[in-house]
Amino acid sequence: MLRATLDDPLSHPFWDGCARGELLVQRFTASGNVVWPPRPMDPESRTLEHEWVPATGEATIWSFVVAHPPLLPAYAAHAPYPVVVVELTDHPAVRMVGNLVAAADASIDSVDPATIEIGEPVHVVFADQDGIAVPRWVRP
Amino acid sequence: MPQFAGGASLGRAGLILGLISSLILDRWVSGSVRVVFKDRVAVVGVGQTELGKGLPDSELVLALRAIRAALDDCGIDPSEVDGLSSYTMEPDREVEVARNLGLGDITYFSQVGYGGGGGCATVLHAAMAVATGQCNVAVAWRSRKRADKASRVWAQTPEILDDYLQWTRPPGLLRPVDEIAMLMRRHMHRYGTTREQLAEVALAFRAHAQRNPGAAMHGRPLSLDAYLHARWISEPLCLFDNCLESDGAAAVVLVSAERARDLPQPPVLVHAGAQGLPRQHNVMAAYFSDDPTSDGPSSAAAPLLWRRADVEPADVKVAQLYDAFSPLVLFSLEGYGFCPRGESGAFVEGGTLGPGGRLPTNTAGGSMSEAYLHGFNLITEGVRQVRGTAAGQVPDADVCLVTSGECVPTSALLLRSDS
Repeated sequence: MLRATLDDPLSHPFWDGCARGELLVQRFTASGNVVWPPRPMDPESRTLEHEWVPATGEATIWSFVVAHPPLLPAYAAHAPYPVVVVELTDHPAVRMVGNLVAAADASIDSVDPATIEIGEPVHVVFADQDGIAVPRWVRP
Repeated sequence: MPQFAGGASLGRAGLILGLISSLILDRWVSGSVRVVFKDRVAVVGVGQTELGKGLPDSELVLALRAIRAALDDCGIDPSEVDGLSSYTMEPDREVEVARNLGLGDITYFSQVGYGGGGGCATVLHAAMAVATGQCNVAVAWRSRKRADKASRVWAQTPEILDDYLQWTRPPGLLRPVDEIAMLMRRHMHRYGTTREQLAEVALAFRAHAQRNPGAAMHGRPLSLDAYLHARWISEPLCLFDNCLESDGAAAVVLVSAERARDLPQPPVLVHAGAQGLPRQHNVMAAYFSDDPTSDGPSSAAAPLLWRRADVEPADVKVAQLYDAFSPLVLFSLEGYGFCPRGESGAFVEGGTLGPGGRLPTNTAGGSMSEAYLHGFNLITEGVRQVRGTAAGQVPDADVCLVTSGECVPTSALLLRSDS
């Protein structure tokens, strides 16, 4: 499966957080502005200083798709599988792409797509995906 | 526009004076726009190769054939070409095009980025270059060989991601269609848009293709039943919500409107054009923006386009709307003001976009039923419609809107007849 590099100085704190079981978001120091995806400069204060702060990991489903072939081979093996966009409850400006799964280590096709509803609450869990910890989403 | 400062103290006379000076300023402003650009440049030649799958020619040879056909169409010798405009994704560099076609000294050349968002902008840049005297005969083109499955960009995604794809691809949101499907599901949730309404897009374009013998889907009509039972690609989008993968090339030639009137084909004036890269835009990942169902690329392009134009959406007789995926057509109808936000589903019901409909759209079949050339065949069809020579000609098509990708930094053109 595809994975993020761990050599990107901008994003590595996020992936390090996942390895510790923490969902982090980028917050610019001067303005307190939380942005997603992360970037070097704050579009509000136009400053560079930022920190990574923990989010609660509570979210709701904003939208979702169910992917069918043609797909990359590692993903085709699980098709059809859902992919969700979730909106963080404590940072509504942050929407993340992820998998809704039955349990942290379950396969990406472990939830029946027919049962998924926009607006339903989910919370974050972490799992190893090809050697890197990634956030995933489960129902309460 | 400066406010008239003395209105209150000068009373009624001052107010009237203020209004008059505003009017003069308005005239002056729009007058200066007209001098620089509006209706000053015309598309005089169009050329297109055979469109299809597995064409033997290279992309360069396809480009050369299309450009030569466009120059033949307007009777301009290739040695007169001094401006070139294309896409950054265009594989055939200006140097190759110029030395093969025997072009003259090129004094203007540019490329526009963001794939299918750049189509109309290639023509816009060419028109601006002619209008400002940077060149006299400009060519814009696109050549592609995408029918081969190995050529699909998403299928070549590297396993380790060091750019923004790290935020979207690892969970399995792998392809452009998945990103558009995510938005369409949200549109359905927020506005109640249905699959039957979305089907109107694919059915209309397929119906147009039946009148265009050059369309890939000519002779292969599509029914609502077949649409509803088609295999899924990314729910809620099915096979027929996707464009074709095609080989082919298309080109246009632009000169000043004055010269255009001496050439063999009826001039098609570049009436207005605009590019749009809205604030906090995220290219295909629109679900990261503030309000993804209303802050798409047309939200930046459309206001300038209509402000520059003497026409409004109700004057558009025929449209060519970028259709790599059918939802983009709904989003463009809303973005360019043909219906209010969220009402595109109802707008397209009853064959609005099809032959004989209220707004015939993608009248050669578009990217979904003619060929997918990053939207460039929408431009050539727009020109044919305004000339009055299209295979599926719309009566009195004197104003045509052409748009580019409504999912990436985009562009749009208003073409109109010279009468």
